[in-house]
Amino acid sequence: MSAGAPAGAPGSPVGDVPGSPVRGAQGQGADAVPPALPATVVGGWLGAGKTTLVNHLLRHAGGRRIAVLVNDFGEVSIDAELIEGADGGVLSLAGGCMCCSWGEDLFGTIARLRARPSAPELLLVETSGVAQPATVARLLRLAPGLDVEGVVVLVDAETVRERAADRYVGDLVRQQLAEADLLLLNKLDLVTPGQAAEVAQWLGTQVPGVRVAPAEQGRVEPGVVLGVGLERELAVDSGSGSDPRSGSARADADSPAAGPSVEAASQDGWQPRAWQPLARDAGTRFESGSQRHDGPMDVPALARELCAPGSPIVRAKGVLIGQDGQPVLLQLVGRRAHIGPAPAGAAQLGLLVWIAVR
Amino acid sequence: MSPTTLYRARRILTMNPSRPEATHVAVRDGRILGAGSLDELVGWGPHVLDERFADLVLMPGFVEGHSHLMAGSLWRHVYCGWFEVRDPDGARVAGAKSLDAVVAALAAAAPSGTGGGHIGWGFDPIYFGNRRCQRADLDRVSATHTVGVLHASGHILNVNSEALRRAGLLRPGVDHPGIPLGEDGLPTGELKGPEAMMPVMPHVGLDRSFLSGDEFGIRAFGKLAVRAGVTTATDLAATAQDPEIETWLRVTGDETYPVRLVPFLRLIGLSPAEAVARAVQIRARSSEQLRLGRIKVVADGSIQGFSARLRWPGYHNGAPNGLWYTAPQTVREVYTQGLEHGVLIHTHTNGDEATEMALDCMEAALRARPAPDHRYTLQHCQLADEAQFRRIKALGMGVNLFANHHYYWGEQHRAITVGPERAERMNACRSALDAGVPFSVHSDAPITPLAPLFTAWCAVNRLSATGRVLGAAQRIGVMDALRAITLGAAWTLKLDGEIGSIECGKRADFAVLGEDPTAVASEALKDVPVWGTVQGGRVFPA
Repeated sequence: MSAGAPAGAPGSPVGDVPGSPVRGAQGQGADAVPPALPATVVGGWLGAGKTTLVNHLLRHAGGRRIAVLVNDFGEVSIDAELIEGADGGVLSLAGGCMCCSWGEDLFGTIARLRARPSAPELLLVETSGVAQPATVARLLRLAPGLDVEGVVVLVDAETVRERAADRYVGDLVRQQLAEADLLLLNKLDLVTPGQAAEVAQWLGTQVPGVRVAPAEQGRVEPGVVLGVGLERELAVDSGSGSDPRSGSARADADSPAAGPSVEAASQDGWQPRAWQPLARDAGTRFESGSQRHDGPMDVPALARELCAPGSPIVRAKGVLIGQDGQPVLLQLVGRRAHIGPAPAGAAQLGLLVWIAVR
Repeated sequence: MSPTTLYRARRILTMNPSRPEATHVAVRDGRILGAGSLDELVGWGPHVLDERFADLVLMPGFVEGHSHLMAGSLWRHVYCGWFEVRDPDGARVAGAKSLDAVVAALAAAAPSGTGGGHIGWGFDPIYFGNRRCQRADLDRVSATHTVGVLHASGHILNVNSEALRRAGLLRPGVDHPGIPLGEDGLPTGELKGPEAMMPVMPHVGLDRSFLSGDEFGIRAFGKLAVRAGVTTATDLAATAQDPEIETWLRVTGDETYPVRLVPFLRLIGLSPAEAVARAVQIRARSSEQLRLGRIKVVADGSIQGFSARLRWPGYHNGAPNGLWYTAPQTVREVYTQGLEHGVLIHTHTNGDEATEMALDCMEAALRARPAPDHRYTLQHCQLADEAQFRRIKALGMGVNLFANHHYYWGEQHRAITVGPERAERMNACRSALDAGVPFSVHSDAPITPLAPLFTAWCAVNRLSATGRVLGAAQRIGVMDALRAITLGAAWTLKLDGEIGSIECGKRADFAVLGEDPTAVASEALKDVPVWGTVQGGRVFPA
């Protein structure tokens, strides 16, 4: 087995910063029928809070059918009250979500999940604590019909520096950090604000240019991990007013704009509904919004701007018109931006939805 | 009273230090009444004198402490290796001396994959010069069915175009370091490493071969064991799900099944507490022929695959350090839980850093939960140095060393992976012996063939495939090696009170040999013919 790709190797986030070539047209070629299933890889050392995070996300799925793929059920356990049933190794969870272990057959597991009557809308792939998440992402990118958005690595704010200096696993912990497109700095409730700032600064020295999003007890705005979830809106212009959930969604019209080019709300009746601040968090850490770009534009330049060090954007997605007049899909996870072919029949051209650290 | 059989043999090497030799052994109810002279044994009462071994030599049945039932399952498929081998029924299978021969062998055989594909194994194209196998080569076997050929190392899979197509990989734009592309921009069909193999494996139908609940494989394994003189063998390790256990119980309960199986539950997909609880639960389902309730932990990868964890200075060729398969904190926790509940745990450590980690975990676990006679054993433990053997001894642990490695990969270890010095102390049987560490040697079948006498020969001679003595100082004597493949392995399984020697009260498990292994030249140890076995008093000619 290879020892995994070091940072900077092809396929690692460092090599895929804005302006990178368009990745292969996975499942999005002219003859592709089903829309690609968006997937996010979640990694991190044992005890960083993956179990809490997964259960938190499942509780706040917002009506979306999330499939959680777990590498090792010995590390992640789904809260019993979320489990509605088990069938063929797949746990059926509240709200149409599902969870299973991929074992030796990652692709087959994904294919079987997608063949279910209520196919998942989002895939969350949890790596084991000792895995190199970029390796898993690289493997997932071989799967047909998947859109691997990026790698989120969970960090225990209290212990990460100690772990990174461990004689046995220090190199692996540092590699996990280096492979992250976005770091989720967890357990902030266990450290003082001063310590939190120190850890964040340390992470910046370990992984130059990395984006860090804060979390407490595994609680984070779901969209930060799950993506901004524009699949339905982008794929089909179905008249979102009929969407039963659209009424409960709201744009952050009251949020301060994150940047000069950002509009706080969309303008055509469609609301970016995928993400809502949690009551508990009261939106104090994150904000969401959208920006409209009518007409052809330099998408790679925008991607570079969104990814630039200091940018507060942690996740973004939209179908924009490139300078050649063709629609392209721009996705951003932390420091990785990826420009790819637009999904067939994409609606909401020119709209970019984002989540930013406040 | 059950009948008593009294076997006469040319010589019986008992491995019982109190009575190392005998000419007769008395057996009743599948157990040994005693070993000695005819005069001494007639006192057990009426008996039948069985002379069939009169010209043969008996030893305790060999105990393979590290093997996999997959060694049997692979015989579902087409052997594609270079060396002549014998199949489970003893038929000679010629080596394939060219790529054309491999293609011809695959084309001649009925498809054996779960989905109707052609499958080969043991492929070793290093002997075919620089020519690499391409999907076009395997397309000659079939253009419509999948073809998959697993390399001898187990680390590379060659497939045909149809297999790539079904896996969705017969397209341009595939970007993966383990999947080389041809001039046409499409994958060549060579898949390097488990990660690159994973997407295609289910499509070629190889998955069933890796399940230890495969009845064909269990039965084939039994035949291989008889031919190797093995009467107790491990399956290291299995998921040990209920259906798997039911199959094991059914097959091993068959009067004609010749091996006592000792499957280990692998720590994967379960938390340490869950795994220990499961081990305790399934231990109660053990039978005479099936011993359940032990756990296997995998700490790191393999040395030749550069995935083992090495201490400084690391790999000789500068390759980056390997992979952890289980986190140290998990190892510590499962040791602690296992010690508390009396569950035996074996740990795969190839690299010396993995060994050091396991020793640290063991020390911490023993401080938290002191436990007598735990027999926790390091499997492979290939790079342990003298200081580590002293720690192993001090912690009450044992080792099962991978002696066959010197022969199969010794030259590569010397030149590439660890360099000459460490290659000469790999699988340091002499160090283990001198430190007083209980030890065994193993094949890891199917990685190398199941054949304890060959493994003992490796420990005695330390010859590489090219004939170089690799680490003369670490060679051990024939008797020490024979002890390692009998009582040594039995100790690691905590079965040395039942098996491993021929003496009063133990199981009537014998390896029946054509020559006396202590009388032949030590270079010829591997060539001692195996007539078959006696297992639980039942006679199994090979």
